[in-house]
This record gives sequence, structure tokens and C-alpha cells, in this order.
Amino acid sequence: MAKGIKNEVAIIGMGCTRFGELWNKSGADLIIEAFQEALADANMDKKAIEAVWFSNCFEEINFGKSGIPLPRTLKLPFLPVTRIENFCASGSDGFRNACYAVASGACDIALAIGAEKLKDTGYGGLPDFGTVMGSENRMLFPNVTAPGGFAMTATAYFAKYGLSAEEGKRVLSRISVKSHHNGTLNPKAHLRREITIEQAMKAPIVAWPLGLFDCCGVSDGAACAIICRTDMAKQFRKDPVYVKALQIAATSGEELGYQDWDITHIKTTRQAAERAYKEAGITKPREEISMMEVHDCFSITEFVTYEDLMISPEGKAREDVESGFFDLDGRIPCQPDGGLKCFGHPIGASGLRMIYEMYKQLQGKADKRQINNPRIGLTHNLGGFPSMSVVSLVIVGNTL
Amino acid sequence: MNRKVIFEQMGWFNPATAAVARGEKAVANYDEDTVTMAVAAAMDCLDGLSRDGAGGLYLASTSLPFAQRQNAVIVSEALDFPAGVRTADFTGTLKGGTTALLAALDAAGAEGSGPFLVAASESRVGKPGSSQEHTFGDGAAALLVGRENVIAEFKGSFSVSHDFVDYRRLNEERFEHGWEERWIREEGYGKIIPEAALGLAKKYRLKPGDFARIVIGCPVAALVAGLGKGMGARPEQIQDNLAASAGDTGTALPLMMLVAAIEQSKPGDKILVLSYGNGSDALYFEVTPEIEKRRDRKGISGHLPLRADFTSYGKYLVFRDLIPLEVGIRGEEIAPMAMSVLYREGKSISALVGSRCRTCGTPQYPPQKVCVNPACGAVDDMEPYRFSDKIGKLASYTGDNLAFSLDPPAVYGLVDFKEGGRLFLDITDCQLEKLKVGMPVRMTFRRKYADVRRAIFGYYWKATPA
Repeated sequence: MAKGIKNEVAIIGMGCTRFGELWNKSGADLIIEAFQEALADANMDKKAIEAVWFSNCFEEINFGKSGIPLPRTLKLPFLPVTRIENFCASGSDGFRNACYAVASGACDIALAIGAEKLKDTGYGGLPDFGTVMGSENRMLFPNVTAPGGFAMTATAYFAKYGLSAEEGKRVLSRISVKSHHNGTLNPKAHLRREITIEQAMKAPIVAWPLGLFDCCGVSDGAACAIICRTDMAKQFRKDPVYVKALQIAATSGEELGYQDWDITHIKTTRQAAERAYKEAGITKPREEISMMEVHDCFSITEFVTYEDLMISPEGKAREDVESGFFDLDGRIPCQPDGGLKCFGHPIGASGLRMIYEMYKQLQGKADKRQINNPRIGLTHNLGGFPSMSVVSLVIVGNTL
Repeated sequence: MNRKVIFEQMGWFNPATAAVARGEKAVANYDEDTVTMAVAAAMDCLDGLSRDGAGGLYLASTSLPFAQRQNAVIVSEALDFPAGVRTADFTGTLKGGTTALLAALDAAGAEGSGPFLVAASESRVGKPGSSQEHTFGDGAAALLVGRENVIAEFKGSFSVSHDFVDYRRLNEERFEHGWEERWIREEGYGKIIPEAALGLAKKYRLKPGDFARIVIGCPVAALVAGLGKGMGARPEQIQDNLAASAGDTGTALPLMMLVAAIEQSKPGDKILVLSYGNGSDALYFEVTPEIEKRRDRKGISGHLPLRADFTSYGKYLVFRDLIPLEVGIRGEEIAPMAMSVLYREGKSISALVGSRCRTCGTPQYPPQKVCVNPACGAVDDMEPYRFSDKIGKLASYTGDNLAFSLDPPAVYGLVDFKEGGRLFLDITDCQLEKLKVGMPVRMTFRRKYADVRRAIFGYYWKATPA
């Protein structure tokens, strides 16, 4: 029986750039900025780093393939560097690999860093998937985009639970309004303005039934974490954050090829959540989790994730949304930093950005958006589409 | 499309086109061409029939997408015909539809031959400002020709060929050139069609009165009645030439009219078919009692009511690629199609053939080696399973305004089949507002993308409301 990662490793330093349409910053600028913040946070010299995992999805755009661009940028001394690409789950998967390296004893201190420079593509939204999904899929799949892929889950959910388009869009809009509010409190967020439910509901349709305010920002940014063995952590700081669970689940292919999935949830989230709760020793997630950053690439993703994480009962997420359960002053604040929705979504960086917010909250350093005495934070990082996804869950806490 | 839509935009330039700006012309959707329309007609023709033992497939058209890469074999593969068939394109003349039919009758009539499918399909583009822009229509017909279960028995034919240069076009040209229309009417339709008709009547000692229906494949409605009268036929014998409802569908016209005539016939009726184009073919058939078993086909009478109004001339120009269009970065982005993948995957892409697990019976797509059923997981125990003729139900969908489409939004969804299997497909010939989760959909072969720089049209199947 594997003993799992719980309390084996600790985060001792993190960095995260402002996210946004950073026309005047290169990918290298972003990497350096996030890394320097983390080094200062850990009170550490870069020579202490022993191994690196570099997360980046669209390597064609800015960095180029392989792990090489990262050490070239930071001038790291011939370290082991691995590039991780796992769609939008790349950031937290890099973190997972770095944690495992430390836990295995292969090294004492590792760096996980994620960066993405999306705004040099010329695209509004993500670049087309045509060239990245393989030549066979290009011949078989519709010309799917990210909002279209997730919109099908909204259509199916509305149909299953008898929500009219108006009712469904209203509840999804409530989620975006909440995240926009949180984003205004975060100086590093991409989108920093309040919106109303009416604005969200009347916004132009991107992929029916999802409108503009159901979609996250497409941003540039970088984030990173320095990880060490738990027993070393206090050498670096008094308030390290401990890793409680690291789980990742990739589709078996059955969602897209077998009919037992009803499209109203995300199977990989449920699988990863079950394993993560077990690993962390959490039996009642609705009561034990203090806060979350989930992969709200679209409002519908956040909505069904409430149920997939077993926080809201199946079919009942609407009640929790409407009662303010996930608001910043609610029982389990979700997206305290604004989420992908407003902090933005530089793909390779997002998973680490989520952990960054949990880390700052657990240390009581989240300023205007500080949650009262959090103990356990969960991040949920999803790559792909509901019909073929990879989901990475990280659970962290501030006590052993 | 009501021809007035065209006249309102272009009548200022050529007021004489008022004479032809009446009735409707059938306009292919943006994702259709003569190959896909031939498949659509053939799927209706073959509905429920086995492809085993097919002898061949002939495709006639003057508007085929490929000059090199046989178009007929694309149709044959899409229909899941076996590889051991004879395929050929018949092109270059508007009488190609009946010539292909005669060739198939010759071939399939031979002892030991399997049935031949003959499809004629046309989608010509009239130059803006021309009368052809009004009169041309898009359409296709398909007939299965064989020795068994015959619904209309082929009794005989007579052909004439003349280098009568009414319309002409070079390989590299998009639009045709014509000689004076009055000359074409009088010396062309007016003399060549009767020559074939009289030749056949003389050869088989028939009189016009012997035919229940006479198909005169002349696209000019005003001439048809006169031609019939000239042959001594009564008006009720003359088959409607579809000029008001579909337009001049070229090579497909006489076969579409023949299909309509068969639909309207009873056993024992004789049908005369006359085509036109650099000569004329005359064929005659006698309808058999078998017709009663094939009345379930949509055919012409079933398809005409499935029309949707096409009200935008601008959209028509885009669909037929007649104006430059700002397609944006997503429209410019076309992933290269790997011909090796297309050939290796073969029927899975062209004919929507997936696999069914012999162990648990689950149909799946694309064909798998490892069974997708999580409770099964059998390895390498699959048999081919065709989805193209199955009815599915829409499990979910979206209308995507971000994805590039020539007819935005790009509508796509997941389709579940009653017998098992789930496909992720584009949805076409539909309005987003009318879609519902759970509604039945059928499969239709379409042009998925066009990459003209590399001379590639990517064909695949889409779903459409059933």
C-alpha cells in the first residue's frame, strides 16, 4: 500500500507575476519575475535548486520545445530540467513531479515553474486546436474550440435538470459575478472590474449557451513554487505550506466513446477527487475544506466541479451558488483570487497560480481577500475538454 | 432560393434576366458539392440494401471537385462499397447522366455482374449577372441498376451525338461560354431531342401514346411543352422538368426527372427518358410491380419539401466562393491533411465504419483495438460496424461562434446511437434554435474543410436532424 504524499513535502517559496495582456513583456521576462519573487520569498539563493519541472503548453508560441528554454533564461547551472505539457493541467502536473522528486529522495529542493505567453499568437481566445490534436483527430473531430467543448456540458446539464436557457445562464452568471468581485481585490489579476448578472446574461454568445462573461481571460503570466522535504522546511521559513494530496486522472477514452457518461459532469475530476481525499485523509470535503481554486475556464466548469468535488450534492450546485456558499465570505470561498475567470489563464502557469493563492491565504498574506483562518486549500486544474480531460488535484494545508 | 433574391441584387445590370427570375433554384449548402450530393442521393437509394456484391459505381457531372483523383471512388468509399468494384467518372457533357446510366445498364446486365450504382450530380455556378445564375440549380439523383428486384425494366435506347457547341468551358475555367440562346433553343433542344426520341420510337416501333410519362431533359420550361407537342404527346404525359422548384441541374436533370416519374408511376407504365448535351440519349423503361416495395424512398417528392429558404445573396456568394471573405486567423488556419492517414484509416473516415466488440457487442468509433467498454476491455476482438446508415440521438450540442465556419455558428455535438456508440460530430442543415437534447439525427456525408492551396477537400460525416 502506497503511503502517499501527505506531509512528505512542503512549499517554502512561491512567485507569481501579474497576469494579463502583457504586450511589453516576453515569456523570459515573466519567468524571471516569478522566479525572483519565489527566491526572495524562500530567502534562498538559486544555487540551492537541484531539479526543475517547467510547465508550458503552447511551446510553439514563445519558448520553443523542451526544457532547455527555462535554464537558458534563468542561467541555471546544468540542472536536471524537464518540460511538462499536459494541456491546461500542465502547471499543477509540474508541481506534482517536483514534489515526487523531493519525496523520493532524488533531491532535497526542487522548482516547479509554469509560464505561458499567449498574447503573441494573434488570436483572441486560444489558438486553434487543429494543429495540436493530431492529424487523425483533425479529420474526425468538429472544429472544436475550448468554449464549444465546455458549452456542451452546459447544454446537457440544463437538459438533465430541466433548467431553461434563462435559468441556466442566470446561475452561471452568478458564478462569474462572484469571481469578478474577487478579481477587483487582487492587484495581480488580469480583469479587475465588477460585473452584474444582467451584463453577464446579455453578453454576446461565444458558444451557446456560454457568453463572453462565462469565459476566462486569455493571458500571459508565470508562477512557480520551490519545494523541499517537510523536515527541512522550517530552515527556510516559519510558515511553510504542506502538501496533503497530489492526484491526477486522465480520461480512459470512455467519455467520448461510450455512453455511460451523461456529459453533465467531468469524470476525471471525480476520480482524482476520490483519490485525493483519501490521500489527504479527508472524509467530509464540504466540512473540511477551507477554500478552493478550481479550473473555471468557463463558468459551467466551475459549476459542475462543485458537484464533482463532492462539495455540492449532485444536481444541487445551483442552491449553493444562489446561497453564496462559494462567495469570498461564504462557507467555502471558491476563486478568492478571481480564478481563471479574472486572474487570467496563461495555460502552463495556471495550476501553480492556484497553489500560489492557497499558499498566500494559508499564510494569512492575502490582503483584502484574506479568508478567515483557512486550514486546508484545494486546487483543481483541468486540461482538455469535458469529453476527454486530464484533471490534477492538489490539496495543501498549513499544519502537519 | 427564390430567384428574385438574385434579381434584386443583379437585375440592374442585366434587366433581361427578369424573364428567368421566377421560381426557385436549389442551392447546395456550404459543405456540399457534387460528391457529397451524389452520396446523399445514393444513401437514399441504398437505404437498407447490402453493399455486398456491388459491381460498380458510375458518377456523372460537369462540376466535379477533382480534375485528378477520381470522384466516383470517393462516393464508392463513402457508401462502403467493397474495393472490388468498377468506378468511373462521366464528365464533359450534360448528357453524361444518361450515358453513365447506359454504361451501367450494359455492365450490370452482363451475366454474373453485381448491381451498379449510377449517380448524377451537378452544382454549377452561373456567373453573377448571367441568366445561368438564375437558372442553374444544384441536385443529384442515384439509381441502382441490376438484374434482380427490378422496379423499372430497361427496354431499349437510342443515342445521337453531335458536336453542337452550345456551351463550352476549358478545364481551368470556372464559368462557361455560350452561343446565342435562340440558336441553342431552335437548333439544339428543338431538333436534337426530337431526333433521339423519333430514333427510339422507330427502332422499337413505339408511338408517343405508348408512354405514360415522357422525361424531356430540357431545362427551359417554356420549350418542354412545345417539344412534347411536336412529338405528338399529350401535356399530361410530360414530366415536370423541375425548372420552378430546383432549376437546371445539368447531368442530374434527366435522372432526377426519371426518379420523379417512377415515383408517380404504377406497374406497367412505360417511361421515355430524353437527355440533352452534345447530342441526346433516349431510353425507355417499363415499371414493374416491385415498385410497390420501394415507395419508402424520399426521392424527389420527399426531398423537395425539405427545402429551407435561402434569402441572402451575400451568403450565396460566400457559399459558392464568389467573393473574397475575411475568414480571420481561424479560417486561414488549416492543418495539413495526411493522405497516408486517410488511406490507412480508410473506411473509418470515408464511410464512418467503426468497430463492434465481438466480446461485449459494443459498437464504437473510431474503430478500436481495445474495447472502450470499461467493463470489457477485450483486445483485438472487433468486427467492422457502419454508423453512416444509423439513426442517433443528440446527447448534447453547442453553436460555436469562436470556431471558424462559413456558416457560423459552427454547430456540433455528441451523438449517441441506440445500438451503442457515441460520435462527436458537426451538425449541419439545421438551426441552432431548433435543436434539442434527445432529438433524432441521421448521418450525412459532407465537405468538412477545404484547403485549396493544397488541392484538398476533406470529406467526413456530419449529423443532421432526422
